[in-house]
Parts: sequence; structure tokens; C-alpha cells
Amino acid sequence: MTTRLQTVRRVSWAVVCKDLRIEWNSKVLLNQVAPFSLVVMIMFAFALDNEGILQRVAPGLLWLATLFSMLIIVQRSFAVETADGALDALRVAGTEPLGIFIGKSLALMVQLFALELMLLAVALVLYTVEPTATGYAETFATMVVATVGLGFVGTLYGGLGAGARGRETLLPLLLLPAVAPVLIGATRATEAAFESGGAQSSQGWPWIGLLAVFAGVFGAVGALAFGPMIEE
Amino acid sequence: MTTFQTAFEAKSKTTGTAASKKLGAATIVAVIFLVLSGLIFSAEDVVQGSTVRIMYVHVPSIWVAYLAFALTAIFSGVYLSNRSRSLIWDRLAGASAEIGVLFVAVSLVTGSLWGRLTWGTFWVWDARLTSTAFLFITYIGYLAVRRLGGTFRQRARRSSVMALLSVLEIPLVHFSVNLWRTLHQKASVADPNAKVSLDGLMLFTLFWGLISFTMLFAWLLVHRQRLMALEDAVQDRGLDRAIQQRRTEAGL
Repeated sequence: MTTRLQTVRRVSWAVVCKDLRIEWNSKVLLNQVAPFSLVVMIMFAFALDNEGILQRVAPGLLWLATLFSMLIIVQRSFAVETADGALDALRVAGTEPLGIFIGKSLALMVQLFALELMLLAVALVLYTVEPTATGYAETFATMVVATVGLGFVGTLYGGLGAGARGRETLLPLLLLPAVAPVLIGATRATEAAFESGGAQSSQGWPWIGLLAVFAGVFGAVGALAFGPMIEE
Repeated sequence: MTTFQTAFEAKSKTTGTAASKKLGAATIVAVIFLVLSGLIFSAEDVVQGSTVRIMYVHVPSIWVAYLAFALTAIFSGVYLSNRSRSLIWDRLAGASAEIGVLFVAVSLVTGSLWGRLTWGTFWVWDARLTSTAFLFITYIGYLAVRRLGGTFRQRARRSSVMALLSVLEIPLVHFSVNLWRTLHQKASVADPNAKVSLDGLMLFTLFWGLISFTMLFAWLLVHRQRLMALEDAVQDRGLDRAIQQRRTEAGL
């Protein structure tokens, strides 16, 4: 007799593996999303055209590039589900929706985190940011907590209206306002970590707390709302 | 078949009933009185002069917007929790959100005009203004979700989940924007510690504004909801007719 918890664990593990295997085989993240985010980082430099300013606003640009790239990853994450009616098949098979939610969120988090690491490296090189050792620790903490929140909220809004025509163009309008708290929190925390604009590195931790609240709230709500949302 | 569909079949030319016509007449009288009271009877402010009159539109519109969005969430919750899944709750939620978006827009425009006259600038990045702008964008997104297409049930389900998500999103955005920046004038009438410094007639005009705008909201809501029911009925009818045509073509 398997308990619900065991079922959820098994389903979410299967979904994570499936999503990451699709990514591994198609290499969309590596071949399309990562180059796109690199272009965005370079375009920011063209637009701002001043090394002093770039260094000052580097944390904000890093997170903006992350959010823009996230839109593509979320789009992709649900395009593979709806293309051949895969989501319908999962639903008809009576798959635990909580497991699907957790699995898709985790897969999204892994991809986002990989992308953020790359963008951090790009910022270090292109925007001449030089964090201290504690600065690095703070940056990684920010990235982990922010990514958890983004993974949950991205899966939740990505699943909304999955399969409907025209949802590709709608996703940015729905998702960007919802992740505004992450942009605010993560940018302030990273500013503190980079000590840009005279920020102290100790000022970052309350913002990481805000990110944790965000992740907790959307994780809990996603767990409740995802099931009713996808059964149309 | 709903009553409104029956009304539609009966070639009703209006969405009004005897009760809603009375409400409409009362609303028009109330708004005319508000205009007179706000523009002519009430005095100028000692400091702000005539610009204070913007308040009689600005405050009631944001009140109506909050009321509308709260009702959208409540109607959506009722839709989801009700076993019968009656579409009337979905249409009420949608109608309420549409009116809410309209009134947030009014309060943003009047607010920035007031800001230009008083602060010297149309916009400042303070917490309350920024969260209000987010409120506006979030519900434009909600209305876009309603237009995604699909069946009426799909629309109802998606949009009610979206409405409940928005209720969650708004306090989070508000809280984080608040941490980010705070400069807006404190609410001066509602603050129990502040001495209410409004002159009697000004205070009356403000409250009259709240009452008449709420009546206006109720009136618009009733009609918009009925109009939506008619739109849905038209869509159903178009589908029935198309099926009928195909059958005739096939000689069935």
C-alpha cells in the first residue's frame, strides 16, 4: 500500500527526470536560451554605455536577464506538455497533480539555476563586478532562494491556460507582475553582496528573507491550486 | 436556458429591468449632485486651492476599484466552491473586474494630474502609486485570461483561479514595494490619530462621492453581467446555426 506522499514523491521524480532528459536531448537551454540571455546582457551594455553605471546596476541587469530568459523556459516547459496532449494524458491516467507541480517546478529550478550561474560569470567579466568571499556566499544564497520562488510561480502561471491558443503572448503579462517581488528582493540582496552603490553586505539578508517568504507562499498555493487549474 | 437567454429570445432591446432602471435614475441624480457639490458648493482648500476638488473623484474611484476586485475574488471563490458551477458567478466576477480596471485607470489619471499640480510631477516611484500601477496591470492580465477562448467552463475555471492568484499576488507586491520605497501621503481621514482637518462640506462631498460611485458601480455591474450573458448566448447561437448549416449542406 503506497501512501499519497510516496506517490507524490515518485511522480515528481519521474517528471523531473523526464523534463531534464528532454532538455538534455534537445539542448534548448544551452543552444537557445543561454545565448539569448548573453545577448540581453550585451545589449544592456550598449544601452547604458558607461562602465561606472554598468557596475552600479549590474545586480538589476543580472536579474532582469534571468526573468526574461525564464519566460522562454516556462513557455518551453509547457509547450512540451501540450504539444501532443501529454498533459491531458497524464490527467486521464490519474497522475497525482501535486507530483506534476513539484516535478515541473524542480526541473524549472535546475534549469534556472544553471542559467543564473552562467549570467553571474558573464556579469563578473563584462560588468567588472568583484564580490568578496562573503559576497559570493550571499549571492549564492540569493540565487538559491530566488530560484525556488521563481520555479514555483513559473510553473503555476505556465500551467494557467496551458493548451489555449494565444497563451504564449499572454504569459509575460501574467508572469512579470507576479515576479516583481523577486526582482526587488533579489536585486537588493545582490547589490548588497556586490557592495555596489555603497551597499553593505549585511543589508542583503532581510531581502533574502523576503525571497523565502515569496517562495513559501507560492509553493503552498501552487500545491493547492495546480490540480484544479489543469483539470479543465 | 437562463432567464437572460429567454429574454434574448424574446428580442429584448435592453438589459434593464424595473429595479435597475430605478437604480440608474438614482445614480444619475447622485452623480449630478456630486458634481454640483464638488465643483460649486464646497469651498477651496486653504493650501491646495481648487486642486482639492480632484479628491472627490480620485478617492471614490480607488474605493470602487478595491471593492470591484474584492468582489471579483469573492465571486470567483463562490464559482469554484459551488457544486452547481453556475456561470453567473463567473460573469459577475468578470464584469466586476472590468469595471475595477476602468476605475483604477480613472484614479491613476486623476492622481497623476493632482500630483503634477501639487508635487510638480506626474509620477513618483512611491509605494502606493507603484502598487496601484501593478494592480492595474494584474487585472488587465486577468481580463486577457478571460479572452483566451475555449468553452465557457474553461474560461470560468481559468479566470477564477487567476482572480484568486491575483489576490495573493497583490499583498506580496504591495509589501515588497513598500519595503522598497515609501513617500505617499498618509491616509488623512481614515487615520484615527490624525486630527480630521476637512471642513464639513468637503467631508460631506467626499462621502457623497463614495456613495454615488458605489451606486454607479452597482448599476454598471448589473448591466455588464447581463450583457455578458447575452454575448455568451449569441456565441452559443452562432455555433448552433453553423451546425445546422452543415447539416443542411450534407442533406441531413
